[in-house]
Order: sequence, then structure tokens, then C-alpha cells
Amino acid sequence: MEPVILARVQFALTIGFHYLFPPLTIGMSWIIVWMLWRRLRSNEAIYGTMARFWIRVFAISFAIGVATGIPMEFQFGTNWADYSRFVGDIFGAPLAAEGILAFFLESAFLGVLLFGEKRVSRRVYWFSGLMVAVGSTLSGFWIIVANSWQQTPAGYTIVNGRAELTDFFAAVFNPSTIQRYLHTIDGALITGAIFIMGLSAFYLLRGRHREFAERSLKMSLIVGLLAALAQLPLGHLHAVQVAETQPAKLAAFEGLWETQDNAPLLLFGIPDAETERTDYAVSLPGLLSIGVGGSSDAVVQGLKDFPREDRPPLLLTFGSFHLMVALGMYFIALTLLGLFLLWREKLYHSKLFLRLCLLSIPLPFIANELGWIAAEVGRQPWIVQGLMRTSDAVSTSVPAGQILFSILLFSAIYALLFFVWIFLLRRKLKHGPDEAQEVPA
Amino acid sequence: MSTLQVIWFLLIGILLTGYAILDGFDLGLGAWHLFAKKNEHRRVLLNAVGPVWDGNEVWLLTGGGAIFAAFPPVYASVFSGFYLALILVLLGLIFRAVSIEFRHQVDDDRWRRLWDLAFSLGSLLPALLFGVALGNVVRGLQLDAAGNYVGGFLALLNPYALLVGLTGLAMFATHGALFAVLKSEGELQQQARGWVGQAWLAYLVLFLASTGWSLAAFQRGSPVLPAIASALALAAIVGIKLFAGRSAHGKAFLSSALAMVGIFGAVGATLFPDMVPAANDPALSLTVYNSSSSQNTLTVMLILALVGMPIVLGYTIWIYRLFRGKVVLGEESY
Repeated sequence: MEPVILARVQFALTIGFHYLFPPLTIGMSWIIVWMLWRRLRSNEAIYGTMARFWIRVFAISFAIGVATGIPMEFQFGTNWADYSRFVGDIFGAPLAAEGILAFFLESAFLGVLLFGEKRVSRRVYWFSGLMVAVGSTLSGFWIIVANSWQQTPAGYTIVNGRAELTDFFAAVFNPSTIQRYLHTIDGALITGAIFIMGLSAFYLLRGRHREFAERSLKMSLIVGLLAALAQLPLGHLHAVQVAETQPAKLAAFEGLWETQDNAPLLLFGIPDAETERTDYAVSLPGLLSIGVGGSSDAVVQGLKDFPREDRPPLLLTFGSFHLMVALGMYFIALTLLGLFLLWREKLYHSKLFLRLCLLSIPLPFIANELGWIAAEVGRQPWIVQGLMRTSDAVSTSVPAGQILFSILLFSAIYALLFFVWIFLLRRKLKHGPDEAQEVPA
Repeated sequence: MSTLQVIWFLLIGILLTGYAILDGFDLGLGAWHLFAKKNEHRRVLLNAVGPVWDGNEVWLLTGGGAIFAAFPPVYASVFSGFYLALILVLLGLIFRAVSIEFRHQVDDDRWRRLWDLAFSLGSLLPALLFGVALGNVVRGLQLDAAGNYVGGFLALLNPYALLVGLTGLAMFATHGALFAVLKSEGELQQQARGWVGQAWLAYLVLFLASTGWSLAAFQRGSPVLPAIASALALAAIVGIKLFAGRSAHGKAFLSSALAMVGIFGAVGATLFPDMVPAANDPALSLTVYNSSSSQNTLTVMLILALVGMPIVLGYTIWIYRLFRGKVVLGEESY
């Protein structure tokens, strides 16, 4: 196989696995901070029990997130040497900034969160949790900066065959950074919330740890509801930005072939790259133009506007985008149902809803992965939109056999880590929170 | 511009030295981990590094990011050139990271032994391979005109690089054993004192051998500065023994840190202005001057580092103070 295909497989594998964890821990960390805050304010023992249990669950996931994040820092050099030479002047800075401004913060205070509860006051303990949440959320910012620059490069000039920085702030706040960041962090909140909702529902279904589970469910439901609803405007903003800055990607998202005004919003269809048609299309006329352009007169570019070699792989981009949107709608429906049940005071007893919560745990993870696929595959054939093709970016000095070897090695280890993660989560869940060990301060 | 390039060479040296000093003790302690016999002792060792290892490792990630940002061709050439070796380092670091969290989750001897093994090998492998990589850089690599490494994997396993690798392992092992003495009491502390003695002797011999070889064979410029830095390192290594002999293990630990400063100083002075010397043709070498990022990037990054790092140091020191003293296993211990 060609090195570029192998390198892409390896990148997709390592980031795809890594990306299961940071959204979960970012989302969970904010809910934990809220629990620690309520303990500080109300002095009720139950919040200590809640925080302690969720911190332990968080820790297992965080460890895998950290471990699988380490290869990401070096992988551009190992597998994408020509890319690194071309963009290093700009792309390296956010990675270094992530370390200095974010990763140190979250890692240092994580030590306090996991080992230091008895050594610090409750206020400092809460503050340590806050710093972990802030650090990991900022960490995400710099990674999104780096990725957004690949999508919508700005603040650079091409000198001596490489991109050189001309304006740091223009590069950091390039046209897609803010939209992508808010969309991603909101996705993380949904992930953390539905995770806690699902595990709390498990206890309620079995009638164990009722008070713990009821309060955990309620708090995570509130976070989940707000985050799921916020995804409507945030996702919309992101889509508008894609339409403006990466029209080929948007056309692939929507399976739109002809450049047109009154462009339809596709509800269902199967686009065919060979025949350049979208079959079985069910669409709402004009809505795409209104959605991304503000009026039905707005012209939306179709795929036929782009030479075939500049179009992204169609089915994967299209499919992942639509499935992600569908899951986003489902999260709104689920959390609204939860709100309704809360209002009717049936939340903790509705077996149907509790089962739904439990079964929904994997869905935000899937949505995150689909979003990543839509964003990254939709950018192809470019590694930096319009500037460098993925096929020109790979390390030329690494033999294909070595890449294949490392793919097999990473696959085996990540499979092992995944099973251990599930195994330990199930054990934690079975064991449950240690109640009533808290002495009110 | 050239001042900025030199500053960044120094800053990356500082980041890597900081990494060696900080993560060095938890790597070294991990390498000794299997030699501790009792479960309780192993728990003490793990809890000694538990609250701080993650922050320590960020020095490596930041160092990697800083090399990428400040010297992209170096990042590209070295990491693609050392492909397999780096993959092995990463595997080690992955296993180490998860072992600390996984080990205490299941109360079962076989489970614990599994993660003890993963933690120890995961520490040993990087502790050895970092030196092998550094030795190869000092020795010089076969580069083509684009800066790609073309020497092949087996050429990296040459005697000099392996010697530097073993020196690094002994250095980390000494450092980690000293940390273990500082954090433990009683029987375990006795055992850790023994580790210090064994590792120190190997460290001294290997250091003399690899330094002699480096000074004799790999000086491309004036050997004065490398020799001075090596002498400082030697004095500090001797200092470790003197302090440890008087049971002043805190001072011995600082002396060990100082030895690392000397060693990294000697490596930096040997290399400068090269970052990756080309063994086949000096004109192909990646230097501080021909491989840096633009003035703009170096300036922005310098500001970031000058603003950010003092804050990082501030809370890092606070956290080390918070967890100072002997490890006492309690309810929240791993």
C-alpha cells in the first residue's frame, strides 16, 4: 500500500481513538466543578460523595486520554514530515501554546484533584477542579486553532516554499476557529452530560444509591439540555462559515451538485460521485439557501463547480455529516423529554426514559467522531485547504512497512486499552459511590 | 534574528533539561519499580509520583511542540528519521501513564503484577531510548538534501548511541532512586539507598566513557565549553555520592539535577550551532540558522514562553510543596 494511505489510516486510528476521551473528560470536568461548588455552598455531604465518585470515573478516562494524546504531539513529525516543514512556522505554535498555557495547568491541578483532597481546603479543592476544567477546555482551544488553520488558513504568506506567519492573531482567530471551537466544546458538554445521565439512570433502574443518582441525573440533565439546545445556533454558525470558506465541503455535506439559488436542504438522499447526481433525494426547497445565505435568493455553490480532483470523498463526508445532525436532534429530543418528566415529577421513575439514557451513552461519542470525520474528510484532498495536498505532505523517508507495523501495534494496544476502560467502568459502576463517609465541615 | 534563533536553541535546551530533571525521577523510579518486592512498597513508589508525573510529562510535550514551532525542519527530520524508536518510546509512555491509574483498580495480585510490569517496562524503554536518540544526534545523521534521514533503522543502534542510551538510563535510575529515598521510610528506604549506590556507580563509569568518546570524536567546534560543562557534570555526579553518603538525599537529588544541567550543557555546546549535524556532508546539517521558523513566529513564541512559564513554575512549585514529605498510604492513595 502507498505510504500516504497508511499514514492516513494511522492518523485516523490514533486520533479517532484519542478523541473518544477528551470530549468526555472536558464535559465531565465542568459538571464535577459544579458539584464541588454546590458542596462548598450547601455543605451537604451528598455532593462530596457525587464529586468523589465522578472524579474516579473521570480519572480512568482521563488517563487514557493523556496516554493516547502523547503520540499526537509527535505524529506530525513522524508521519507528516513534509507537512511539518511546510506549516511548522504556524502550526507548531498552537501546539507549544497548548503545553504552556493549558496542558501544564490541567495536569498539575489534576494531581490535587486525585491525590490532594485531604491536603487542601474545600475551596482550594474546588479551585483545583476548576483549573482542570479550564485547562482542558483551553487545551481544546489550541488544538482547534491548529486544526482550523488547516481548514481556513490565515495570517500567513508563502516564502521559500513554506507558510510563514505574518499575523499571529489572524492565524489564531482564523475564519473558522471560533465557530469550530464553540461547536466542539458544546459537543463535549453533551458527551459528559449524557454519560453521567446514563450511568445515573443505571442506578435508578436498579433502585441503588437513589439520592446520589437522582441529583447526578438532574444536574447532568440540565447541562445536557442547555448544551444540546445551544448546538442549534452553534452548529448553524459553523455551517454558515463552512459555506463561506469551504464551499466544496458544504456541497459534499449537502449532496448539492449544481450551483443555484433557492438551494434545497436535503433530508435524505444517496449522492453518487460517478453519475454526479443525488438519488432518492427528499429535500426542502430553498432552505439551504436561507440557512447559509439568509434568503432563498442566496446562491450556494454545487460540487460541479469544482474539478473532480478537488472534491472531497463524497459518501463519507455526506453520511457522517447527516448522521451527526440527526444525533444532535436526538440529543435535543432526549433532554427535552427529560425536562418534561422533571416538570411532571416523573423523571426518576420513568423506566423508558432511564433506559433511553443508559442506551444513549455511546451516541455522543459517535456524534463526535462523525463530526471529526465530516470536518477532516470534507477538507480532502487538501491537508491545508487550497495550499497543500494531503498526498504531498507525508514523510518520504519512512518505509511503508514501518508504518504498517506501527498501525498494527497501535491497533492492538488501543484495543486493549478500550477493553480495560470498559472493564474498569463496569467495575466502578457495580461498586458504586462510597456513601456517607463525608463529615460535614 | 540570529539572537532570537540562539535564544530558542537555549529555550529548547531548558525545556528538555527541565523534562529530564522532572520526568527523569519518575522514569527512573519506574525502572526500579519491579525490584520493590512488597505490594505496599510498590504502592509507596507509585504514590510518590502519582500527583506529579502528568505535569512532568508535559515538559516533553511542550518541548516537542516548541521544537515543532521554532525549528520545524528539525522536528520533521528527527521524528521521521527515528520513526521506530519513537514509536517504541510512545508505547512506553502510553503504558506507563495508564498503569498508574489502572493498577489500584482491581484487588488481585495478577492484575497488579501485569500493570507493575507495564509501568516498569514503560519507564525503562523511554529512559533508555531518549539517550540512544540523543547519541545519534550528537554523532550526526545521514541526511539527504531535503533533510530526510536516509541511514536506516539499524544504523541507529551503533555502539556510541547505545553507550549514551545506557548512560541516560543510569542517570535516570540514579535520579529516580534518590527520589524514592526521599519519599520512603524504613525497609523500602533501605532498599532504595542500595539502588542509589548501584545506579550511581554505573552512572559514573558510563558518563566517563561516553563523555570521553564525545570529546575525542564528535567535536565540530572548540571543545572548551563542552569540556567545562562535562567537568561541572562530573563534579555534580561525585557530589551525589558525597551527599548520599552523609544521608543528605535532598542535596544529592539537587546534585543529580545539576549533573543533568551539565550534561545537557555539554550536549548543547557540542552541537551548537548545529541541531542535527549531517554525518555525510556538513553542508546538509540542520543548524540553528538554517532551520528556524520566521522572526515573527520566534518573537510571538518567546512572548508566550516568557509570560506563560513563570506562571507554570509558580503553580508547579506550589503543588510540589503541597505533596512534600514522605508518602503515607491512606484512603485516597492509589
